[in-house]
Amino acid sequence: MTDRTRESGRLDAGELRRRTADLLVSCPPAETAPLDFLRARFDAGLAWVHFPQGLGGLDAPRALQVVVDAELEAAGAPDNDPRRIGIGLGMAAPTILRFGTDEQKRRFLRPLWTGEEVWCQLFSEPGAGSDLAALATRAVRDEDGTGWVVDGQKVWTSGAHQARWAILIARTDPELPKHRGITYFVCDMTDPGVEVRPLRQITGEAEFNEVFLTGVRIPDAHRLGAVGEGWKVAQTTLMNERVAIGGARQPREGGMIGVAARAWRERPGARTHDLHQRLLRHWVDAEVARLTGERLRQQLAKGHPGPEGSGMKLAFARLAQQISGWEVEFLGEDGLAYDDWTLRRPEGVDFTGRQAGYRYLRAKGNSIEGGTSEVLLNIVAERVLGLPPEPRTDKDAAWKDLPR
Amino acid sequence: MTAPSGAAAPTEPAPAQPGTDPDLLYSEPEEDLRAAVRSLLADRGGPAAVLADLESGRAYDTGLWRPLAAGMGTAGLLVPEKLGGQGASAREAAVVLEELGRAVAPVPYLTSAVLAVTALLGCETDRPEVTAPLAALAAGRGVGVLAVPLPTAPGTLPEPSVRADADGLLTGEVTGVADAAAADMLLVPADGPYGYALYAVDASAGGVRVAPGVPLDLTRVPARITLDRAAGRLLAGQDTARAAVTGALLTGAGLLASEQLGIAEWCLTETVRYTAQRTQFGRPVGSFQALKHRMAALWLDVASARAAARNAADALATGGPDAPVAVAVAQAYCAPVAVRAAEECIQLHGGIGMTWEHPAHLFLKRAKADEIALGTPGRHRAALAELVDIPAP
Ligand SMILES: Cc1cc2nc3c(=O)[nH]c(=O)nc-3n(C[C@H](O)[C@H](O)[C@H](O)COP(=O)(O)OP(=O)(O)OC[C@H]3O[C@@H](n4cnc5c(N)ncnc54)[C@H](O)[C@@H]3O)c2cc1C
Repeated sequence: MTDRTRESGRLDAGELRRRTADLLVSCPPAETAPLDFLRARFDAGLAWVHFPQGLGGLDAPRALQVVVDAELEAAGAPDNDPRRIGIGLGMAAPTILRFGTDEQKRRFLRPLWTGEEVWCQLFSEPGAGSDLAALATRAVRDEDGTGWVVDGQKVWTSGAHQARWAILIARTDPELPKHRGITYFVCDMTDPGVEVRPLRQITGEAEFNEVFLTGVRIPDAHRLGAVGEGWKVAQTTLMNERVAIGGARQPREGGMIGVAARAWRERPGARTHDLHQRLLRHWVDAEVARLTGERLRQQLAKGHPGPEGSGMKLAFARLAQQISGWEVEFLGEDGLAYDDWTLRRPEGVDFTGRQAGYRYLRAKGNSIEGGTSEVLLNIVAERVLGLPPEPRTDKDAAWKDLPR
Repeated sequence: MTAPSGAAAPTEPAPAQPGTDPDLLYSEPEEDLRAAVRSLLADRGGPAAVLADLESGRAYDTGLWRPLAAGMGTAGLLVPEKLGGQGASAREAAVVLEELGRAVAPVPYLTSAVLAVTALLGCETDRPEVTAPLAALAAGRGVGVLAVPLPTAPGTLPEPSVRADADGLLTGEVTGVADAAAADMLLVPADGPYGYALYAVDASAGGVRVAPGVPLDLTRVPARITLDRAAGRLLAGQDTARAAVTGALLTGAGLLASEQLGIAEWCLTETVRYTAQRTQFGRPVGSFQALKHRMAALWLDVASARAAARNAADALATGGPDAPVAVAVAQAYCAPVAVRAAEECIQLHGGIGMTWEHPAHLFLKRAKADEIALGTPGRHRAALAELVDIPAP
């Protein structure tokens, strides 16, 4: 696996196709248990081709992942259900890759990718949402100095009820200003002291949770990044979260617009001129959002990342909300119905799943989860456009002295 | 006005102007009525109590309906005194609906006290078949519903899906009838020996089945009515029946705008209250100009919605020729304002707004269902195109 096809060190599409074909020969999907196939795929470096060798990748250009995915899909290979393990794939993995020790990378990445271990994100707290750095959950060195003891409460934790591991940020020094006294950990959700309570949401289901942490012991080996550097580490997670929520690659008419267009084609009787005009407007917006994402990917492949990335989640949330709202209205009498209000704990997050009313209600979260649209617009205004920041009184004061 | 040569004859009628100046304010008795309804609703515990009560499986809040409809007499506002009502008008009923919207109250006011009552008032009100049920509904004794699908717009009366035979036995099915599961009496449009006709059917009669669905809006539940040779009493036939049903839908749509106004008002008020008190980054989030301007813009929309809704109520009360325009304008304007206010309410509450325990979702679900009810904004804009002579291309 150490051989390289070109001196430049980068694999090309042809070589990836050959390696994919080899995998399909050694593990024919029809005769291999799905988990065994996924493990073999990871070990072949075909999980995320841009990751390092030995950690699921081949140091190949990220843009070539699609080549592998297309070949495997055509061959009927099992996938790792990204809906269920989205937080691991989208947020935990890139953070571990960038800040983890070799030991941590080897321990966590493989079962994360195969879906054997599900991850959740213990960031938000009742008093710290948009202002995440205000968090109050404490981590204190334990008696013998080999680890930490964590106390606090987290909220809105998606998938905590299924998670084996969590990425967690906690305050380790209240004397420092709020951004500087935070440390980043990996928390074992099966540890005593971790209590997960379902939090029912607008859709009727409980996709997210409250998580109470009482005297939870975390070994120092499960710290990610240096003590007090947690905010910097969290930035990597948050940036990747935004891309994960808004930046999925879509075919034309993928996502919510595809659902709406299908409804339109299937129900000639419900059509009106007004709805037609609005659907076409949404269609154009969705297509342009898709092209903006494509363009961003092409820029990235050439090594010139553009600021459009910050806009993708904003565009995604707006589109999802407008189109799902359009669909409920278009369905008329059927739009007045809901499928099921019983409290349940979904297996995964599925923005376009179930029926129109569910999609409409769930989409309301798209502009809140992973940073609200208002906060993202502030980021665009300040970091992309370079506009002066809001006046900040709390930046240099010790966290313990901030009003709460 | 001088027409350029070759243009249409100058005698061509200008678009309809409102007849007399509408009264867009609230009278003192109207404000008293509002205060009484609001205090009754507050006693019942407001939106939080609605939420707690939701999954009780009851068709509506009987403990609220009785004092509201019978005790305070609001069910009879649209009914003349000599027919057992309060002899008030659409203006007063609109005030009640504003308050019910503000409280997302699960009561059949729009369906029984507005739609069913107006349909009966459109029939010949000197016949006992009409006066008896009218008096009952006006007194808040029992609930009646007009058996048409909730999305039906005033101008688009569908052919009945129920057939009547010569003995007055009704067979067929009507879907999406709001509050039907709460009803004692169904007013059913049917096709039969009298052409298009309106019949009264007791909900408890043989051959009547009412099956509520799972609703998006948990506070106003649509149901499917199935009739299998159910006994109906003829209320009106032919043109009278058509006019009665169309008139009911027009009044319903016009007054629904007031409910939408109430929803929007609660959402704005509650959002202002919450964002003024929730702090992030060391200051109330409502102090961020990005949020301030959003709420100020919403305030402007709500103030405008109030004018539009009042105008519709006043036009319906005076029975002027401008009523269809006033109703179409009110619906085209107020429905989206209510939806947007509820959406903004959730967004500006952040994560809390996405939870079940916060009542914001009740308002969103009601606002979204109200947008479909009695004609979508698009249908009302299309109706307006005809009414004010701005034809489609
Ligand atoms: C469906 C869902 C899933 C979630 N999953 C997770 C999860 O798995 N893990 C996790 O840690 N968190 C999760 N969250 C939490 C989410 O990240 C927070 O809700 C979000 O960051 C907003 O914080 P808040 O709810 O405290 O709102 P607040 O910060 O209180 O915001 C209230 C309002 O004020 C606005 N506002 C705040 N600051 C500013 C500003 N500076 N300028 C302008 N406007 C501002 C906000 O945009 C919002 O409209 C989830 C949330 C949802 C809805």
